[in-house]
Amino acid sequence: MANIIKIKTPLTDDVVYQLKSGDSVLITGVMYTGRDAAHKRMIDALNRGEKLPFDIQGQIIYYVGPSPAKPGKPIGSAGPTTSYRMDAYAPTLIKLGLKGMVGKGWRAKEVIDACIKYKAIYFGATGGAGALIARSIKKAEIIAYEDLGPEAVRRIEVVDFPAIVINDVYGNDLYVKGVEQYKQI
Amino acid sequence: MREINAKQITDAVSDLCGKANFDIPEDVMNVLRKAYDEEVSPQGKDVLKQIIDNDEIAHNEQVPMCQDTGLAVFFVELGQDVHITGSLLNDAINEGVRKGYKDGYLRKSTCNPFTRKNVGDNTPSIIHVEVVAGDKIKLTMAAKGGGSENMSRVMMMKPSDGLEGIKKYIIDRVRESGSNPCPPVIVGVGIGGTFERSALIAKKSLLRPLNVQNPDPELDKLEKELLASINKLGIGPMGLGGRTTALGVHVIVEPCHIASLPLAVNIQCHSARHKEITI
Ligand code: SF4
Repeated sequence: MANIIKIKTPLTDDVVYQLKSGDSVLITGVMYTGRDAAHKRMIDALNRGEKLPFDIQGQIIYYVGPSPAKPGKPIGSAGPTTSYRMDAYAPTLIKLGLKGMVGKGWRAKEVIDACIKYKAIYFGATGGAGALIARSIKKAEIIAYEDLGPEAVRRIEVVDFPAIVINDVYGNDLYVKGVEQYKQI
Repeated sequence: MREINAKQITDAVSDLCGKANFDIPEDVMNVLRKAYDEEVSPQGKDVLKQIIDNDEIAHNEQVPMCQDTGLAVFFVELGQDVHITGSLLNDAINEGVRKGYKDGYLRKSTCNPFTRKNVGDNTPSIIHVEVVAGDKIKLTMAAKGGGSENMSRVMMMKPSDGLEGIKKYIIDRVRESGSNPCPPVIVGVGIGGTFERSALIAKKSLLRPLNVQNPDPELDKLEKELLASINKLGIGPMGLGGRTTALGVHVIVEPCHIASLPLAVNIQCHSARHKEITI
């Protein structure tokens, strides 16, 4: 396996430039959760001239709708959801300063282009590994849209959250490269 | 006539919802372990290791292996000598889902299609009932996640497309799904029937354990051929590249209309959760 790079949030351009498609990373710091419904609300808020529920500069959004926390645990199972459903909203957020997204599955060209233009990274996490990934989430707190239940925006504190760089700022795409390397038909 | 109280069904369903989400079926785990041993891509191997570790944690701690604890899909085999008392069968099942998803700390994922407002208790569940001989009820619960369900399709093929057209459609479906449905996947295929019947048998085919062969030798051959082709696509675990794109392909075939060739491909992620109980 390639070297594992440890990174801290918020992400700076220096760190972002250093990351290459295929790098394994361990993320430590604060991330924000959001998926379909939360993204729609955030973009609606921007369209009305309102502010986002958190300062997005340098931040990472994790596409996840966790299961409920058992008593004494910060969060339930918390693996990534499929990212293409956020493609309609992501470029706007990247333009505003979002530096990273964690999810699973390929992104639209608009998102990949925005990553190159505004220097952001798309990370993949292992879908269906929600129980394992939850171990790296130490704290979770709902900061917006509580009525959305699992889809509410949460501020989470993570230590060594495992992910892999899919789309870097140089236009590389691990989903394309990886498949090319192993395909036999 | 044997009487079964609805309460018994509710309790059994509640229990099934938890167990299905916490305990990966042994046949799936065995195939995942074998895939881990055989995968040639380092990144693919790493993903398989995470999945295996994850499923062990879920089992040991009795937590959901995946946060998407799915829509609750039920296949009910209802003995025709059973009389259910106390409430309707569907109500008894939905009550069990309500309880099971609450008590098991499972995610509630049903919502209004337009407003997207969460229903809040993961009902209604999806219930398929078949009346069979006998005086028992067999309940099979499958927790079906959205990621892999979204990659599924029903295609009304032309009869002239034939078997070759069918094979191509299935392989293309897996290729186009790429990393989205959390590969390695299990591919459920329904051929024949009507539009809705093909989808139902595709889903039903996924209930067959991975270590049980298709009883029809021709279909067994077809399944193995499709699996070999799919695993040459290079998608690999989580789409990062590799040889393990699918763990199995299951096919059910039924007669269809002389004008039609319905084909359904139901993609199931590695989080292949189902459990059954007989009352
Ligand atoms: S596709 Fe399956 S494993 Fe992946 S997130 Fe959905 S339910 Fe979980």
